[in-house]
Amino acid sequence: MSNKVAVYRKEHFNAAHRLYNSQWSDEQNAAVFGKCSLPNYHGHNYEVEVRVTGEIDEATGFVMDMKKLSDLLQEKVLVKFDHKNLNLDTEEFRSLNPTAENIVIVIYNLLRPHIETSLDLFIRLYETPRNFVEYPVFIK
Amino acid sequence: MVYVTRVEHFNAAHKLYNPAWSREKNDEVFGKCANDNWHGHNYELYITIKGKPNVDTGFVFDVKALSLLIKEFVIEKVDHKNLNVDVDFMQGKLCSTENLAIGIWKELQPHLPAGVQLHGIKLYETPRIYVEYFGE
Repeated sequence: MSNKVAVYRKEHFNAAHRLYNSQWSDEQNAAVFGKCSLPNYHGHNYEVEVRVTGEIDEATGFVMDMKKLSDLLQEKVLVKFDHKNLNLDTEEFRSLNPTAENIVIVIYNLLRPHIETSLDLFIRLYETPRNFVEYPVFIK
Repeated sequence: MVYVTRVEHFNAAHKLYNPAWSREKNDEVFGKCANDNWHGHNYELYITIKGKPNVDTGFVFDVKALSLLIKEFVIEKVDHKNLNVDVDFMQGKLCSTENLAIGIWKELQPHLPAGVQLHGIKLYETPRIYVEYFGE
């Protein structure tokens, strides 16, 4: 049996956004995105769960130092998104619709370069307590 | 007397900003909550009423009817909205959770039927921050 363990770190950020496709008319945006497209924005308490999976390092007993994982999330993700307007204040969503799906991939790509390649990364993002997304997806 | 609570939720943008103050003072007092381009929350709203159960129904008030009242007079006005810009009953007020709870009380209270008293508003701004207002 392998020595692989999954470790998790949960953080949260509060942000405003709206769903809007700039290629479409306001009418089409309203038809597709409904009240999520209202012009003056709305917002969410986002909860992000980061899972890192790998072999336990024999010297430390850690898969990954959770403090380092927490600091990484803070520096690479929360600083950009917390108490911000995702559409207006972030370079990542200047031309990308800030759906939960797109946000989770952006978070993955912000973190991936800073975590050892021997470790697997998986993100779950809650937009509300009842809506959440996961990336990457492994189809078995 | 029995207390009955209905829970609803809404998502909204806001900022904490006092227009009578300078940008610097707003940043000093409200920190990142004063961000010009807004931020937002998933608000959870607990509405508690009180009364004597009706002899015929066993209800203080039909909770489905309570839910419809909350939706019509509160949720419709605030859900997926910008509290500072879009919400009539918050105009000219600081959009703190405290003021929002008082505003919600004033919107809802006149629509409850005789014999049903509004007891309290509990409003969560985040899972870790909430306020309560009892009309005092």
